[in-house]
Order: sequence, then structure tokens, then C-alpha cells
Amino acid sequence: METYTLIVLTLAATIRVATPLLLAAIAGMFSERSGVVDLGLEGKMLGAAFAAAAGSAATGSAWVGLGSGIATAVLLALLFAYATVTQRGNQVVAAMAINIMVAGLGPTLALAWFNLGGQTPQLDGPGQRFTSLVWPWANTAAEYPLPGLLYAQLLSGHNLIVYVTVALVPLSAWVLFRTRFGLRLRAVGESPQAVDTAGISVTGLRYQAILISGVLCGVAGTYLSTAASAGFTRDMTAGKGYLALAALIFGKWKPYPTLFACLLFAFTDALASRLQGVSLPLVGVIPVQAILALPYVLTVLLLAGFVGKATAPAAIGLPYSKEK
Amino acid sequence: MSAPQKLPRWAELGLLPLINLAAALLLSGLVVKILGESPWAAFKLLASGAFGTQEGIGYTLYYATNFIFTGLGVAVAYHAGLFNIGCEGQAYIGGLGSGLIALWLGDRAPFFVVLPIAIVAGAAFGAAWALIPAWLQARRGSHIVITTIMFNFIAASLMTYLLVNVLIKPGQQSPESREFGPQAMLPAAHELFAKIGITFSPSPLNLAFAIALLASALVWVLVWRTRWGYALRVVGQNPSAAVYAGISPSRIIIQAMLLSGALAGGLGLNELLGSQHRILIDFPGGAGFVGIAVALMGRNHPIGILVSAVLFGALAQGGAQLAFDMPKINRDMVVVIQGLVILFCGALENVFRAPLALLFRAKGEK
Amino acid sequence: MDKHLSTPTPSSASPSVPALELRAIDKRFGSVHANRTVSFAVAPGSIHGLIGENGAGKSTLMNIVYGFHRADSGEIRVNGRSVEITSPQEAIAAGIGMVHQHFMLVENFTVLENVVLGVEGGALLAGGLARARTELERLARDYALDVPLDAVVSELPVGLQQRVEILKALYRGAQILILDEPTAVLTPQEADALFRMLRRLRDEGKSVVLVTHKLREIMAITDRVTVMRQGAIVAEVATATTSPRELAEKMVGRAVLLRVDKSLAQPGATLLAVRDLDVRDRLGVARVKGVSFDLRAGEIVGLAGVSGNGQSELLEALAGIRFPTRGSITLQNHDLIRERLDPRQRRALGLAHVPEDRLRMGVVANFSAEDNAILGYHDRATYNPGALLDRAAIRAACEGKMAAHDVRPPMPSLRISAFSGGNQQKLVLAREIDVDPRVLLIGQPTRGVDIGAIEFIHKKLVALRDAGKALLIVSVELDEILGLADRILVMNAGEIVGELLRADATEEKIGLMMAGIDSRAGFSPPTESGLKSALPQT
Repeated sequence: METYTLIVLTLAATIRVATPLLLAAIAGMFSERSGVVDLGLEGKMLGAAFAAAAGSAATGSAWVGLGSGIATAVLLALLFAYATVTQRGNQVVAAMAINIMVAGLGPTLALAWFNLGGQTPQLDGPGQRFTSLVWPWANTAAEYPLPGLLYAQLLSGHNLIVYVTVALVPLSAWVLFRTRFGLRLRAVGESPQAVDTAGISVTGLRYQAILISGVLCGVAGTYLSTAASAGFTRDMTAGKGYLALAALIFGKWKPYPTLFACLLFAFTDALASRLQGVSLPLVGVIPVQAILALPYVLTVLLLAGFVGKATAPAAIGLPYSKEK
Repeated sequence: MSAPQKLPRWAELGLLPLINLAAALLLSGLVVKILGESPWAAFKLLASGAFGTQEGIGYTLYYATNFIFTGLGVAVAYHAGLFNIGCEGQAYIGGLGSGLIALWLGDRAPFFVVLPIAIVAGAAFGAAWALIPAWLQARRGSHIVITTIMFNFIAASLMTYLLVNVLIKPGQQSPESREFGPQAMLPAAHELFAKIGITFSPSPLNLAFAIALLASALVWVLVWRTRWGYALRVVGQNPSAAVYAGISPSRIIIQAMLLSGALAGGLGLNELLGSQHRILIDFPGGAGFVGIAVALMGRNHPIGILVSAVLFGALAQGGAQLAFDMPKINRDMVVVIQGLVILFCGALENVFRAPLALLFRAKGEK
Repeated sequence: MDKHLSTPTPSSASPSVPALELRAIDKRFGSVHANRTVSFAVAPGSIHGLIGENGAGKSTLMNIVYGFHRADSGEIRVNGRSVEITSPQEAIAAGIGMVHQHFMLVENFTVLENVVLGVEGGALLAGGLARARTELERLARDYALDVPLDAVVSELPVGLQQRVEILKALYRGAQILILDEPTAVLTPQEADALFRMLRRLRDEGKSVVLVTHKLREIMAITDRVTVMRQGAIVAEVATATTSPRELAEKMVGRAVLLRVDKSLAQPGATLLAVRDLDVRDRLGVARVKGVSFDLRAGEIVGLAGVSGNGQSELLEALAGIRFPTRGSITLQNHDLIRERLDPRQRRALGLAHVPEDRLRMGVVANFSAEDNAILGYHDRATYNPGALLDRAAIRAACEGKMAAHDVRPPMPSLRISAFSGGNQQKLVLAREIDVDPRVLLIGQPTRGVDIGAIEFIHKKLVALRDAGKALLIVSVELDEILGLADRILVMNAGEIVGELLRADATEEKIGLMMAGIDSRAGFSPPTESGLKSALPQT
């Protein structure tokens, strides 16, 4: 009984941790599928987290927060697209620049606007945050352990963004594999020449992909500052953008495997906090850090071809020009 | 023409970086303006904070020391055609190497024994941390940008574990090691100056700065004056020509990354042996990433790296002054400027190159 | 039916109007005059050959038609109507389809997905794919173009991949189909199948432009043929009224033959012996098959062949850039293969190499002339008296090379990319011969080199021969081979198919061997089937 509750609670925590990861990973899936390395997930998320918290704090509406979060991430994505697609700049450098710039800009603006040492005000007014939606009879159901707790903790009790994110996985799989846009997107990441000779604009497709990445990173950032916590703090993404990228690679740039990778990575996170200082039978105390480093180690092993094989889109990282 | 336009050498190495820097600073000024402060006043505060006093200069050069080490690290890898984003992690682990020697020998061996061993250990640990991504890139084609990022996180986890569980000074709350023995502390600049009768205000500037200068000179000699450096540059510029010349690109890639990690490892000398005198959490403090900006702006040349490291050191120090004097601005403003410099010197460098090249061509045709 | 499938005006309506007509097309790339007022017409329902040597301007012309390049001046007419073509999209709309030499396919897509890319017929794929499937099945029936529609392209053999490219063009309603060197990557059997398919297309009223430099293909399948040389059209004839010999003469042109004064060769001892060499490329395709020959002191051996027949791979295997899968290369009692000697070690044994593609391999574009002048020799003691490079010695060595080989301007510190092609090549040659090698491998000695430098380089090579070196020259310029070589080896499809002493060699003989038409006693050309199948119908 005790263990069972623990497991359900850990799984519920996994879902909460996985949500921003999954949003960012799917964001990355769109841009990387178009042939653009997206190291800027971190920066776009962080920028959105700040803008969402600031927007919500200023207006008292989480929805305004969401709007400003998305708008900010999209602006950053536009800058990224201009540098990498139009100017054919180095994709890695452009992303690092944006990540570093945003890491400074958030706290700087926060200090100037709210004077709270680089944070936004605590979001505790009604409607300032995306709060948990409790499904009908969830509280009653929680009394009954097996199906009830599962219903109350796993299905019910998350905020709107979590449910939207869950729906996003089949939606993006559908877009990617069942629509004209998806076909072209997958093609441009593999062979921009083929797309170009077929009379489709490579630049246009890559801009669209990067902008979609912006929108989703905007939602992810909003989740971090207005749903998972109550306001923006310095460096609150804490590497989640890179972890999402790792999940995307681990998921081999496919929606469902990426979902699985995000859940796995989030589970290690949730597990790490549960296992802190707990002595397990046989193995004793596992260092929390070892569990936290696991996703990165797994990704490196995968990239090295020791665990399966991750094949990136063939044209990823290369600016396209007709002449070559 | 899609090929990057050719500029005269002086314009490529001098003018273009200056224009890019100016654009980054202009935009930074705009941010300051938005924050409701005067950009000009901010600039003056920054400059005076960084260079106005002996103490300020000391701090500026102390920060610059870190950036020289990581900037050189990024640059050496770049010459082999590699983008090493892992200098942060390599500096972290490299510092561990130096720190362990300092903890071990700091109170039982003379300084002149401890120092070389600490330098070698720092370089070796940093190099070792770069070895796996390097090997994976050279032999298995795993993208080094991604693997070095992963290794930054793995390094952070490893160091947290070591500091929390192994190295922590007993009976202490914060995850820090005990203080090094006196023989493992690099002399501060003001102490050294005092010995030759010059008074200099106390600052964390220490012997590591001289070591960084020495490392710059060595890198210059190695890259531009040895057959190995020649091979390195051939691999970075044209791997096919390297194969044609009988140079093994994969061997050079591994060697270049080892050197890159070793250089990043030098950061520990300045930060731990020179200033903090203990191993502590996150001591590289982002210097590995600033190294990218420094190398980009310094055009991967030691002299350029020195100049831009001092500039970024001045930003770090002057930024502290700025945050102190202007209530609406905090030290994060410095990070914004760093990001903008990377953006303009790196990702957007073609924006100004094309018009500049046109200008030179027009002049040439006259 | 989709609107993109609608057929333009039936081309059979007025046979006098060409399906495709180019009027006075002119195009320059910088200093290169790629197309000189080219006029060209293709009759409806015909297969028209466009033949010329590498660099004659064929591909440029076709890329202009397909909207990849923009002509500086001139006019394109389709079925008598003037059309503006600035992008592939407009070419497709005008009923023009193109099969590129390097396929424009998405490797990990299925055939069906590749075909519909760009003409999906709606925002959702399902409907479009279903309609495409029906249409493709019809096309496959009509033109004998069977391809497994659900197979992933990368898993198909090259011949089928090419079929996908043709299907793509037909599905987009192409009435005019341009194929750029379509048989370069095909086996003879696959080429035969392609030709059958093209005839079928012609009989259905489509027009086909076949760009090639292979005479036998022209003879086997085309109705008319246009010959290009140095950017201009030099002849247009009905295929039935011409001969391979006449076409070869027109392609090469008498005017450009360069005479090299030289005495009769006095071949000495064998310096390099090659036996049973097999080379495979990265994909495991055999590129060199069982090649054996000797290089002797004091002779120039010319390796002739249409490019892509294994000469490059052979040269790189000799130089140590590729490792053969079988065979031996013996130099100074060392088996270079068994001992796995790399290019550096081979240089130490006296094997120098001027690579075919200078800019890709022979020089580092961003390096100065003096730094390029030590590439491959950078670790020699001359330049490394101690731990450091001796910059003064490097500069002095470069100045010496520049003076001896008339490299202009004589400025060692100047970036190599600032030199003309001829001066770059002279410096590369100087680098390779100044170390006094025993054996010199030279790929395309005068590619991208101006006339003055060509003469200089040729004289140097003959002087080296007279000094007792063994030289192997790979060139796609038949003139160059004829002018320089004492002995000529001809390669076709990875094998040496002929060997001639210079005295016995004529352009015609070599040309036909290169094209795989001629057969010596006991040598059966791999292309016979192609000719046979061609004869009854034409």
C-alpha cells in the first residue's frame, strides 16, 4: 500500500517534470527535422519563462502570460532563423548567443521592472497561474487505492498545459507523417536539393519549422514560470533545453520515442529526489548525481552507437545554398 | 557568390571584429536605455570600474585569466575544425585535478614542487575530460558539439557528487573542500609586486595570469611555428588535403581536443590555487562559455584572444561596479553583452562582411 | 485529374515547331564563358543528343533550361511560345523535367513520397498519395517503368532510383525530359533498360534531351545530335548521317591540339609495378578491377578514359589516399599495400603526386603560397631544423620554386587562392618535383590552366621524363595524352581495356576504346548488348 502510493506519486511527478521537456523536445523535432540544429531550446524557453511570468504579474492573467511567453520565444526564433537561414550563420554559435543573451536579459529586465533582485513577483493572485484541473470525483476516487489513486493522481490533477502537451504527441506525429507540410519538412532536413528542385522554398520551410519551435518553446517556458512554479527565477530552465535535445536524440527525432525518452528522463529526475539518501537493498545508497547524469550518459552512448543508433536528419547543421 | 567574401587581412582581423563589437555594444546601450539608465553614463562607470583603479585593473585581469585559458581551449579545437562547447566541463574537471594536488601536497611539499605538478594534473584532467568526446568524434563520428554539452552536465553531476560526498570539509554545510595548504597558493600580484618594491592594491590577480600569458605564447608557437600546428591547420581548413599530405585527421582531432581540454584545465590554477584556495561548486562560473565569445572575437589568434579576454574581464569587473552604482542594473547585464558579442561576432558576422567586401571591391576597381 | 498533370499543347500538332528551342543563350561565370550564343532546337517526339567533352558547357545549358541558372541573354521557347524560366518551378510548369546526374531524391523516403514531393495535391497526404499511386501505376504500365512504389529509395539499386527521377518528371506532366549523363552510374544492362524506356517515351510523343559525352550512346539511341565545344555549338546533324569518328573529331576539335616537342622515349628499369589492383568506393562498389601495369624510368604513361571509369580511384590508390582491397603496388622493393604505407611514407620512397582536383586536395585555399608549397613535406628536416618550423627556409624554398617555375606573382606570402589556376598548378607541380621523386603521378596536369601555363607544364613534364623519372598522367583531355604520353593505357569501367604505344595510337583508336566501341582481339566490349538492342529499331 505504502509502496503503491509512492509509485503513483512518483509517476505523477514524472508527468509534471516531463511536460516542459516534451514541449521543448517536440519544438526541437520540428526545427531539427528541417535541418537546423536547435541548441537554442534552452534560451527560447528561458526567455518565455520570464516573459510569461512578467506578463502574468503585470496583468494578473496567466493567459496574457502565455501570450507574451509565446511572443517572446517566437521573436527569439525569428532572430535565430534570420542568422542561420537568411545569413547562413553557424547554427551552433547563433543558438549559444541567444542562450547566453537570454540568460542575462531575463534577470536584467526583471530587476529593472520589478526591483526584486532579478526575479519576478510571486504569482499568487487568482488566475495568474495555470493551476491543476481536478477531474470530477477525483477527491472521492483517491480514497480507493488501485484505480482511484491512479485516476486522482495520474489522470486528474494536472494543469491545462500538461493535457495540451499530451495531445501534442499524436498531433505532431500526424503533422509530420500525414500532411503535406510534414512531408516537405522531413524532406528538407534530408535533402534540401531535392526540395529545391521540386520547386519548394527551402528558406520558407525552415522559417516555418523554426517558428513552430518558437511557439512550443514559448508554451514550455510559460509552463515553467506560471504552472510548475509561481514566477521567474534566474536560470530557471537549468539545462532543461539541453536535456530536451538529448531526449530528442534519444527518441531518434520521432514523436513517440521522444515521448518515451522524455518520460524516462523525467522519471530519473523524479526518482532521484525520492531516492535521496534512501538505502536500497543490494545496491545501498545510489548517489543522486549518478541518477541525474544518467540521461546525458545514455545520450552519449547512443550517439556513439553503443546503444542502438541515432541517425540525425542528413542535412542537419548545414546552411543551404543553391550554388553548391 | 555564396562563398564568404574575402577582405583584406587587416579588415578581416581588425576592422570587422571592431564593427561587430560596436554593433553588440550599441544594442547593449539600447538595452541600458530601455532599463531607464543612460548608456553613456553606464559605459563610463563600466570603464572606470574596470580600469579606473589598481584594484579594478587587478580584478579585470584576474577575470581575463580565466577567459584566456578557455578562449585558447576553444581556439585550438577550432583550428582543427571542431567546435568545443565543453570547455566549461573540461575546466571544471581540470580544476579538480589541480585542486586534488593542492589538497594533497599543499602542506607537505615546497611550492616549486607543487606548482608544476598542479599544472600538469590540471592539464591532464582537462584533457582526459575532452578525450572521450574527441575519440567519439574521430572514430565513431558522434557530433562533438552534442557530446561536449552532455559532458558538461556529466562533469557538473560528478563534481557535485565529489564535493558533497567526498571532498567536503567535515563538519561543514556548504559543499567545499578544506582550504589548500600554503604551498599550494599562487602568490597574488600585489605580493609579487611588493617584493620588487612596487605597491599595488590587493586584488585576486595572481601568478596564474603570467601562466596564461605563457600558455598564449606557447599556443601561438605551437599552432603557427611547428609542423604539428601546420598539420592541425590543414585538417581544420581542408581535411581532404590533409589526407593527401599524409596527415591523419582523426589523430589530429584527438590531439587537438586533448590540448583544448588541457588549456581549459588551466582555469583551476587561477580560480582555485590563485584565488579561492579550495575546491568549490561551479567554480568555472560560465567561463567556458565566455571562452567561445573570446575565441570568436579574437579570431582564434592568441593575441586577439588576449585582447578580447581583457575586454570580457573588464565587462565582468566593470559590470560589478555598474551593478553597484546603478540600482536598475545588475551583473546579469554583462551576460547580455556577452551574448550579443557572440551573436554579432559569430552568427551574424556575414551581415557586415558582405557590405564591407562590396565597399573594398568598389574601392579596388577605382 | 490534378491540374498539375494537365498536358501542355500536344506537341505532335505541328511538327515544324520545336518542342524546345533555345535562341542565342549566352552565359558567363566570372571569366569563364560557359555558353556562347547557343541556339538549339529539339523536335517533338525525338531523342536529341547533346554531346561534348567535360567543360564544354552542356550542363550549364541544361541548367539554364531547368531554371537553376539564369542566362545572361537569350530566349527559351517551348512549343513555339517564349517562356521565362527563373526557377525549377517554372520549368516544371512549362512541361520540362530533368534527371540530374546526382539524383535529387530524399534517400529515406519511399518512391511514392519522392514522386509526390512538391505536388502533393492537398494539405493532407492520404488523398494525394492514393491518387499518385493510381497515376503512377498507369505510367508504369504505359512506359514500362516498374518501380516498387513503397520501397525506400536508398534501398533501391541505382538504375531504379533513376527510374524514380523519370517518374517524378512524368508525374509532373513533363513533355520534355532532359537527362544529364544518365548512364554515368549505370551498368550496361541498366543502361539498356533506360534506352528502351526512352524510346518508349519518344514513341509516345515526348521529347528527350540526352546529355552525354559517350559516343556509343549517341549512336545507339538518338535521332539527332548536337556537338558542343568550349561553350559553343560546333555541329548539329542527324545521327544516321554521322559516324562516331566524325563526332569524336568534332568534340575534340583539331584547333586545340597542342604539339609537344620531344624525342623518342628511352624507357629504363621498372620503377613502379602494379598488379591485380582492386579498389572499392565507400559504398563497396568496385571502381578499379584487376589493374596491372608497370611504370618505367624515362617514360610517360598516359591513362586515358572517360571520367568516372576508375582513373581517379586508381590514382588515389597509388598515392595512398585510398586503400585497395586486393593487389600490390611495388616501389623500391616495398609493397605499398602490404606495408600499408600512407602518402607521407610513399613520398619518402620517392612517389610524388599532383592530385586531379587541385582545390579540393592539392592546396589549402586559405593558406599562403609558401605554406602550400610545403604541404606533404612540412615535416621534412629542411623546414624543421629543430622543434620549430624554419619560416625563413620555407620562404626561401618557395621563392626558389616560384623563380624556377615562373610562378606569378612571385609573392610567397600571398594567399594561394589569389593566384590564377595556372600559377597554382605550377606551384603544386614545383612542390612535387623539387623533391626529386622517382615516380610522379599527375592527375589532370592542366585542368583550369591557361594556355601559356599549359605549354610550360608540358615542357616540364617532358624534361622530367628525360631526366629518368617515371610519370603517370591521368587526363580527360585526349590531346594532352596524345601530346605527352609515350605509352597509353585506356580505362573503361574500372579495367584497363587497351594499351598502345604512342606511335600506334590515333585519336580515333583511343576515342573508340574509351567509349567501349572498339575491340581488340580477344577483348569483348562490355557494351555490345547496348548496340545490338539499338540496331533493329533505328
